Amino acid sequence: MNTVPQFDSLKFGEAALKLRSLRHELLSSNLVNADTPNYKARDIDFQSVLMQRLTGQTSPSSVSLDRTHQGHIQMTSSLQSPKQMFRVGVQPSLDGNTVDPDIERGHFVKNAFFTEAALSFLGSTLRTRLSAITGQPS
Amino acid sequence: MSLLGTFDVGTTGLVAQSLRLNLIASNVANAETAVSSDGQPYRARHVVLQSEARAGRIGQGVKVARIVESTAEPRLEYRPGHPLANTQGYITMPNVNPAEQMVDMVSASRAYQFNIEMMNTTKQLMLKTLDLGK
Repeated sequence: MNTVPQFDSLKFGEAALKLRSLRHELLSSNLVNADTPNYKARDIDFQSVLMQRLTGQTSPSSVSLDRTHQGHIQMTSSLQSPKQMFRVGVQPSLDGNTVDPDIERGHFVKNAFFTEAALSFLGSTLRTRLSAITGQPS
Repeated sequence: MSLLGTFDVGTTGLVAQSLRLNLIASNVANAETAVSSDGQPYRARHVVLQSEARAGRIGQGVKVARIVESTAEPRLEYRPGHPLANTQGYITMPNVNPAEQMVDMVSASRAYQFNIEMMNTTKQLMLKTLDLGK
């Protein structure tokens, strides 16, 4: 049984990198707001959002606009940001903030590491294709 | 690109935390100031942080919404010979709590440090992106 879906590695790498950098920004905003009263830590479900982007499906919960007239502006899928979810706080603080700096830091470092991994996979794909085109070993 | 947006988010954090550190410095420096510029004893000042949504971006920055003066009771000090002393011999001193200020300072400086660290990580990722395919 083939459980791993097959995608073009360039397309996969691009989608993964875009989503990784998006999550990078989201996690950095959690960290920056670690002392902001009533701020709730947010994150995305990376795996399902990546799958949605690769298969071109939109999540049933994401907001989309119906076009009832040809003059209506079409909302492209790139404008739709992935569904954000709130992280359940382990030790909620009195000011209503649910950011746990240690947890966020862990996710941040892990996400940075996986971004580097995605970059190196994408780089090696590019080099392989380039050597196939030029006929020279890279 | 979202990696560039991280720099903006980090910068808002640096600005807010440095303002917070600035106020802590002011509080500690004026811990013994019985008469401030308005003629009253100095009152401890604190920042009120607020997250700041940016149009079309997923990450939220942080900003200092306002600066509030502490409403804690001022400290009374018994100094009968002092020109500001009341009829019982007490003078009103600022309501700055040194322990509170120290804790706040550690928190602010850690937050500042991590913002810098975060931006360094982002910079490395961006440099790696520039080297893509080489």
